[in-house]
Amino acid sequence: MNSSFRGQLVVDTLPKLLNRNASQFSNSPAYRVKEFGIWRSWSWSQARDEINAFSLGLLDCGVDQGDHVAIIGSNRPELYWSMVAAQSIGAIPVPVYQDAVPEEMIYILEHCNVRFIVAEDQEQVDKVIELSTRLKRLEQTIFLDPRGMRKYEKSKLTSFADVQSAGRKNEKKLSILYKKRFQNHSSVDTCVMLYTSGTTGKPKGVVLSHKNILAASKASSEFDNLRHDDSVLAYLPMAWVGDFIFSIGQAYWTGFCVACPESAETMQTDLREIGPSYFFAPPRYFEGLLTSVMIRMEDASSIKRKVFNHMMEFAKKVGPKILDNKPISFYERGKYIFANFILYSPLKDTLGLRNVRVGYTAGEAIGPEIFDFYRSLGINLKQLYGQTEAAVFITQQPDGEVRSDTVGVATPGVELKIDESGEVFYRSDSSFVEYYKNPKSTKSTKNKEGWVATGDAGFIDTSSNHLRIIDRVKDVGKMSDGSFFAPKYVENKLKFYPTILEAVVLGDKRDICTAFINIDLTAVGNWAERNNIAYSSYQELAAHDQVYDMIARYIKEVNLSISKDKMLSSCQIRRFLVLHKELDADDGEITRTRKVRRGFIEEKYADLVKALYNGASQIETKTEVTYEDGRKGHISATLEIRDAEVFNPELEVA
Amino acid sequence: MSLKAVETFVTEDGRSIGPVILEVKDITLKFGGVTAIQNISFDIRGGEVRAIIGPNGAGKSSMLNVINGFYHPQEGEVWFKNELRAPMKPYQIAYQGIARTFQNIALFKGMSTLDNIMTGRFTHMSSGIFAQAWWKGAAEKEEFSNREKVEQIIDFLEIQKIRKTEVGRLPYGLQKRVELGRALAAEPRLLLLDEPMAGMNVEEKEDMSRFILDVNEEFGTTVALIEHDMGVVMDIADRVVVMDYGKKIGDGTPEEIRKNQVVIDAYLGISHD
Repeated sequence: MNSSFRGQLVVDTLPKLLNRNASQFSNSPAYRVKEFGIWRSWSWSQARDEINAFSLGLLDCGVDQGDHVAIIGSNRPELYWSMVAAQSIGAIPVPVYQDAVPEEMIYILEHCNVRFIVAEDQEQVDKVIELSTRLKRLEQTIFLDPRGMRKYEKSKLTSFADVQSAGRKNEKKLSILYKKRFQNHSSVDTCVMLYTSGTTGKPKGVVLSHKNILAASKASSEFDNLRHDDSVLAYLPMAWVGDFIFSIGQAYWTGFCVACPESAETMQTDLREIGPSYFFAPPRYFEGLLTSVMIRMEDASSIKRKVFNHMMEFAKKVGPKILDNKPISFYERGKYIFANFILYSPLKDTLGLRNVRVGYTAGEAIGPEIFDFYRSLGINLKQLYGQTEAAVFITQQPDGEVRSDTVGVATPGVELKIDESGEVFYRSDSSFVEYYKNPKSTKSTKNKEGWVATGDAGFIDTSSNHLRIIDRVKDVGKMSDGSFFAPKYVENKLKFYPTILEAVVLGDKRDICTAFINIDLTAVGNWAERNNIAYSSYQELAAHDQVYDMIARYIKEVNLSISKDKMLSSCQIRRFLVLHKELDADDGEITRTRKVRRGFIEEKYADLVKALYNGASQIETKTEVTYEDGRKGHISATLEIRDAEVFNPELEVA
Repeated sequence: MSLKAVETFVTEDGRSIGPVILEVKDITLKFGGVTAIQNISFDIRGGEVRAIIGPNGAGKSSMLNVINGFYHPQEGEVWFKNELRAPMKPYQIAYQGIARTFQNIALFKGMSTLDNIMTGRFTHMSSGIFAQAWWKGAAEKEEFSNREKVEQIIDFLEIQKIRKTEVGRLPYGLQKRVELGRALAAEPRLLLLDEPMAGMNVEEKEDMSRFILDVNEEFGTTVALIEHDMGVVMDIADRVVVMDYGKKIGDGTPEEIRKNQVVIDAYLGISHD
C-alpha cells in the first residue's frame, strides 16, 4: 500500500494519504452529511479538491508553518477538512470541545497561541468574540454557518466558503508555496494536538505526530480487517482522540466513508439511516439504548412480550457462541435463523446496528448483562482500552475472544508491561511525542525508553491472556496481608444490579473487606410493590429483611465472581450493611458528578465502620442530614449487619 | 396614500426600517353592543418588529383578526402595500402575503411536523388536483421546490428531530415553533404572531425571541406580534402600540412607551382586577 505516488516514496502523513485515496478510491464516498433532510456526499477526489481549496485559502490568510488552528464545532465534513487542510500546509489542528464554556476554552486557546480558529456557527463565534480581547495573536475566525451573524463586524471574521474561493482564485499564485509546505513535512511532524480533559489540574496538550496516528490507524485497521467499503457515523466530540482516529486516522488509512449526523439530537435516526458497519459508543450509550428497548417492551402486548423474552433467553445462550464460532446444534442454528428473521434482525435495524461488523465500547466498565444483550443479537461488540497518549489503542479484544470483564490483548505493535505496584505501562510507535510546553509532565509520564505510564492498575488474566483493568492506580490500596484492594472494581460489579444505587467498599490496610450498600428507591420500590411488601419510608425499606436477603444474594454472586480472580479474591465482601439514607451530594458524601467520597464517608460513619469490623450484629446510629434548603436534621436508626458468603479461590481455579 | 409611506424610521438600536407597508385607519369593530375596537389607527413599517400590547380584553387579538381579514370592521380602512383593501376572505389575504399564528395552537394534530409546515406552502402551489394526482412532471417539480423550502425552515427552527413526529404528541413549546414554521412557509411579507410566547418557560421564551429576531433579520420579514410578557416586548420590538379597552393609549418606541404615563397607569401600574 505504501507504494510510490507522484514521486513521493512513502505515504507517511495524512495529507499524503488523502492524495492516495483520491486516486485509488476516487469515486467512492468519503464524506456524507445530512442537510435539509437529505444525505449529501463527497467522493474522495471531491473531498481532496475541497480540502485543497481550503488549504490554499488558509495560505492566503497567512497561516504559517507550525501555527495552531483551533477547530470548534460538532461533526461537520468541513471541520474535518479544515484539520487535514491545516496539516497540508504544515499547521497543526487543535480540536476543542464545542460544549466548553468560554472560560474553559481560553486556557487551551491561550496555551497553544492560537492564530486562526475555524468555528461552526454563531454559538461558537460568540464565544470566540467574548475571548478575543484576551487572545493577543488571534487573527481570523472562519465560520461555516453564517446564520445570525449578518450584523457582525467582519474584519476578523470570514466564512469557510469565502476562504475556499479565495484559495481557488489565487491558486496559481499560491501553488509554489503550497507545494513547498506540502513536501516539507514528514512523519515526525505534529499531526494533531489534543487536549486531555484532565480530571486534576489544567488540561494538557498531547502532541501526536503523523507517525503516531498512522501507526495506530494501521495496526487497529488491520487488527479488525477494516475495509474501504466500511462506514462510520461521526457523532462523538471532535476534540476526543477516538473521533480523530475513527473519523480521520482509520478512515484515511482504509478509505472508508465518514457520515455526519444532521444534529446531535437526530443521531439515533441518522444512525439507522446510515447503518454503519463500524461503530463505537461509550457503555452508557448501550445502557440507555437497552433501557429504552426494555421500557417499550413493557408496553407491548403480553404475547409479544412472551415471544421477546423467550427469544432473548435463547439468544443469550446461542448468540455469543455463533459470534465466537463455537459449535452449536443443528436445531439451535435453525431456531436462531428463524428468531433472527422475526426478532433480532428487525430489532437491530431499529437500533441502527444491523450492519455493525465491528463494534467497540470503552471508557468505563460495562455491565455484563448489557454487553451480552448486544452480543446475543449477533452484534460483534468488543472492548478496547486506550488513552489519548496512545492515539487510542493499547489493547483490544480479537474476534472470538470477547469477554465483558477484560479489555483484550495488546494491539499489534504495542508492548505491555505491568510494574510491581500493578500499574500498566505501554510502548509503541503510536505513543505520543510530548505534552505541549510541559516537559515536566512529559518526563513523569513517558520515560527515556519510551514506556508510558497509564495511571491505571491492571493485570494479565491468566485464563485468557487478556489485560484486565482494575482501577486508577491512586485508588488501589493494599490489604493488611499485602494483597490488592480495588474498591471500585468491586463496587462496579455491585452497581450492575439495578437495585443497588451505590456501594462503598472498605478494606484498605484492613484484614477483610466490608461494604455499605445504598439501595435504589425506584427499583427496590417497584420490587416491593410487586411482592406486596409494605413500607413507609426509605429507611424502613432499606432495613427490610427481604431487602437484606436480596442484597446478600447479590453479594454472594459478586463474591463468587471475584473469587475466580486469584489476584483479587481477598476483595470479597465479608460483612455488609444497608445504609438507612441515600448518599447525597448535599451531605458531601458524593460529589456532584456522583463519585463516592470514600474518606469522608469513613469518617462520617465511623461508628458503622467500627461495627462492621468488631463483629456486632446490629448497631444504633444517629446521622446528620442536610435538607435541600440547607437546614440540618437528624435521623436515627438501628442497622443490621450481616455476614456474606465467601468463596475459596483455590477451589474455583482448577 | 399617506406621506409616511416613503419616510424611513430609525429604531432605538440604530436600524433604519422601511416605509409603511400596512396602515389601519380609524378602525372601529363592534360585536352587537360591545365595542371591541374603538377608532384605532396605526401603521406597520417594512422590516420592523411591531408589538401590540395591552391588558386582557383590550382588543389586541381582534385587531390582529382585522388585519388578517377574519373580522370586518364596521368603520375604518386597512391599507396594505399602499392600496385600500376591500373586504376579503382570510385565504385571499394569505395570498397577499400575510401569515399568522394563533393564540391557541391551530395545527393539524394528526399530521407530522413536515406535513404541517408543507400546508403553509399552499399559496405557492399552482398545480391542480389532477396534476397533483398524476404527480409526474410539474407537480413533482413543485413539490420538490416546496419541500426544499420547508427543509430550510426546519433547519432554521432547529426542529430536525421532530420532522416526522406527529404534532399532537409534541410538547407545547415545540408545537408553537411548528406553527411559526407553518406561517414562515408561506414566505409572508407580514407575519402576525398572536401571543407566541404564552405559556412558555423562560428558556422557551428566549428561544422563541431569538427565532423571531432571526426571522426578521434573515428573511427581512415584517413581524407584528401580540404579547403579554413586557420584558420580551421591550427587548425585541422596534415600536409598540398599547391598547386598553379597545382604545389606543400609546404608540412609540419601547423607550417612549416606558415613559408614557397613561400607559404606566393603565397597564403597568394600576391593576384591572
